Amino acid sequence: MSDGAEYLRARPGEEPPYLHRDYGSTVKRAPTQTLLRVDHTLSEITGPSFADGWAGPEQVDLTRQNKGAPIGERMIVAGRVLDEHGRAIAGTLVELWQANSAGRYMHEADQHDAPLDPNFTGAGHVVTNENGEYRFITIVPGAYPWRNTPNAWRSQHLHFSVFGPAFATRVITQMYFPGDPLLDYDPIFHSISDEAARQRLVSRYDPELSVAEWALGYRFDMVLRGRAATPTGI
Amino acid sequence: MRLIPTGSQTAGPFFRFGLDRPEWSDLTAGGKAAGKTIRIEGRVVDGDGAPVPDALLEIWQANAVGKYAHSEDRQEKPLDPNFRGFGRCATDGEGRYHFVTIRPGAVPGRGNAMQAPHVNLRVFARGLLKHVTTRVYFPGEALNATDPVLSTVEDLSRRRTLIADGASADGSPTVYRFDIVLQGKGETVFFDI
Repeated sequence: MSDGAEYLRARPGEEPPYLHRDYGSTVKRAPTQTLLRVDHTLSEITGPSFADGWAGPEQVDLTRQNKGAPIGERMIVAGRVLDEHGRAIAGTLVELWQANSAGRYMHEADQHDAPLDPNFTGAGHVVTNENGEYRFITIVPGAYPWRNTPNAWRSQHLHFSVFGPAFATRVITQMYFPGDPLLDYDPIFHSISDEAARQRLVSRYDPELSVAEWALGYRFDMVLRGRAATPTGI
Repeated sequence: MRLIPTGSQTAGPFFRFGLDRPEWSDLTAGGKAAGKTIRIEGRVVDGDGAPVPDALLEIWQANAVGKYAHSEDRQEKPLDPNFRGFGRCATDGEGRYHFVTIRPGAVPGRGNAMQAPHVNLRVFARGLLKHVTTRVYFPGEALNATDPVLSTVEDLSRRRTLIADGASADGSPTVYRFDIVLQGKGETVFFDI
């Protein structure tokens, strides 16, 4: 069996550290030992496939999962899943979850003083098409307080989970909104120290994606690790 | 031109309604998968030894004969239509998780060095800005002695964190315990992959 090409590693500052003291929850959960660097084998270059519908029927319209329409600004979020060489990643599972327009999650552990919306659950998933594209209809999530430091507020964000083709390409991330003043104060966003890498997490308002008199449009591409060049070339 | 990869951000504490699919903790398709059915269970704890009740675990493994259900595994071994090899489980209030799966066969490593049978595992949680990655190996497995990853861990007490506990009269247990210590005494060996 020939050895497949390894996946490329992130450059300094493009990924967050485990210990990031400005985000208090990392202090007792960050590993302290040096990570064991593992050469990629079949175990790392393979991963689950979702192209056959195993993840169940797609849920791409989060505004129609309950009896009525949720409160909030309707928005379309769409983009492509690519590798770092710009190639589309088709047939991969994209999962989305988020707070409602008041900044409250449909989760028993979120008990802060903001209303739940009986018409908004806030979770969806889809498998990318042959061009690596995904598209969801949802509402703009609200900002919400958290107890990291006194009077701290999380930036508005969507949570995204993407698999890619291999065990090594998996990423869970957050999508932010352009111009959000809370970003300057958000230690989770700032855990990525490289400015350009941080901006990768900020979506772009896209008038082409907006639908007149109906929904705002935000574009958010997600870029996964690519393969190292192989002797046969890229 | 290179595109900067999308960096990781924590899954936070509120992912359950979006990611938890309890049926994904059984990889055997209700017992139809070929091979020896096993249960892998344990706890996730933090640097104080306190349970982590808001963690999400995912596993990825080869089938009973040591083949991954993926196009890049070109070994001449049969796929099992009843085994995909992927599982997911969220921890409960005490930080416990479990998977029902099958004992994986051995798969080759780089340069055809044989790897000992293992299950690839990663953990997402509030407080983990990026998930942690490790492997579950099995006790009493002859290939453990020459496994290219295990043998890299020279400190034997650390190496033991990668090998599940399991015991039974005939030496072939069906329940394995694999605790994950995120930090401090007994910290699990985590990988940079």
